[in-house]
Amino acid sequence: MSTLLTVKDLRVQFPTRTGVVDAVRGVSFTLGRERLGIVGESGSGKSQTGRAIMGLTPPHAKITAETLNFDGIDLLHVSAAERRSLRGNRIAMILQDPKYSLNPVMSIGRQIVETLRTHEKVSKSEARKRALDMLAAVQIRDPERVFDLHPHEVSGGMGQRAMIAMMLVTGPELLIADEPTSALDVTVQLDVLAILDNLVRDRGMGLIFISHDLRLVSSFCDRVIVMYAGRIVEEIAAKDLHNAKHPYTQGLLNCMPKIGADTHPLPVLDRKPEWAA
Amino acid sequence: MTTSPVKALVVDKLEVTFDRFRALRGVSLDVMPGESFGLVGESGSGKSTLLRAVAGLAPTSGGSISVNGKRLDGKRTKAFYREVQMVFQDPYGSLHPRQTVDRLLLEPLAVHGFADIEKRILRALDEVGLGSSFRFRYSHQLSGGQRQRVAIARALILEPSILLLDEPTSALDASVQAEVLNLLEQIRRDRKLTFLMVSHDLAVVTHMCDRLMVMQNGAEVERLSAADLAARKVTQAYTRNLLVASEGFVRPGTPAA
Repeated sequence: MSTLLTVKDLRVQFPTRTGVVDAVRGVSFTLGRERLGIVGESGSGKSQTGRAIMGLTPPHAKITAETLNFDGIDLLHVSAAERRSLRGNRIAMILQDPKYSLNPVMSIGRQIVETLRTHEKVSKSEARKRALDMLAAVQIRDPERVFDLHPHEVSGGMGQRAMIAMMLVTGPELLIADEPTSALDVTVQLDVLAILDNLVRDRGMGLIFISHDLRLVSSFCDRVIVMYAGRIVEEIAAKDLHNAKHPYTQGLLNCMPKIGADTHPLPVLDRKPEWAA
Repeated sequence: MTTSPVKALVVDKLEVTFDRFRALRGVSLDVMPGESFGLVGESGSGKSTLLRAVAGLAPTSGGSISVNGKRLDGKRTKAFYREVQMVFQDPYGSLHPRQTVDRLLLEPLAVHGFADIEKRILRALDEVGLGSSFRFRYSHQLSGGQRQRVAIARALILEPSILLLDEPTSALDASVQAEVLNLLEQIRRDRKLTFLMVSHDLAVVTHMCDRLMVMQNGAEVERLSAADLAARKVTQAYTRNLLVASEGFVRPGTPAA
């Protein structure tokens, strides 16, 4: 399996009035054309890792890394223009809540066409056709109708499908999905995951799936990275998750209530200072 | 069913209509004192509307609601809010951003004319596991879990007998969710509270509640006990779907584990 993305010793720091906050502290991993999960709590640095790869870290933050390489391109030292041409084209990102990540005053179809025409020279009619095909590919039943709708006129699940369509219309090689289903109902969640799964498999994309839900991630991804306080505490194949060694990983697994398991009270994480060391 | 004791909450054929949209279509339920009852369903199923209707936050257009044997009509009285308090989903939206925790907790006490304010505030904070050091902080200085604890403290400070919980943990991390759920269970045991809890997460509801109702499109789909659900004794396809969905993603073509 060829390596698509190499991350070595990635660090993201935010200067604040009360000193430097280390959001990501030395994260290293490689990604091929596979599904990689990144799991952790709020503030564990999982989203900042994704954003650093995407090039969406706020400008006042400081990013350093030994290597941050996407398919032979050194992401740390490319120009802003090259970064822009990668972003949305070869690397794409799906955000958590379609209510906030879609443009509210632009129809869904126009947003997809805009993405496509930013990166490829295609005629308007060709772009429209491809947008409609993409909407159909994310299993929207009536693409022609949805094309002209605005984001507030569709449900959360439909909005997230439109978001996925917009991100995949350029045929990216790397897709970063930051909590793509957390804002959705459980049943819709699975539909969206199934669509994502098919597209990733058929198009041979690399996927980074960022989530706080360890169980969901492990059922979807091949490999899982568990982050705590800006560091990777454990990397494990999803199918071996029940054999996780690190107490934090085990804690995350056990703290969720399970149907049929009668554990009162629920085990809570006993955070040890050495985990963050 | 008509014998003692008086039911904590009875909802009978409740209808809620927004303009022409029927959000609730004749839903009935009854909750015994000290019981914990769950409402499950997806967005738009009417589960939150039912909760809000009980609290007097949604307009009812038919049916009735009784709390502790007293039928509620129109505007809720002050006495009602001493009995029934609500905890909302989003602790980022439900706490006043420019009031300290102290002010937030003081307000309900002032409204209801309590005397021993000082003691009650300290006790309420202590009860939700936030020492007195949190008393003069603003909500933006707290984490999501801490905010939800403040919201719970605010609900408990009037010593209600019924707590309405609208997705109290869905905005929180899994690890923090466990802490808040444990806290709620502890409080219910200590104070013999009655819970009516809404969640889209079947696992959370079966963990917290003795009985539950599955809702869809503003109507009841099925009513069952947590034990039945755990034993997979469900009769409706919709409930079974929810049950399957709560077990995570299954790749087509792979046999279910």
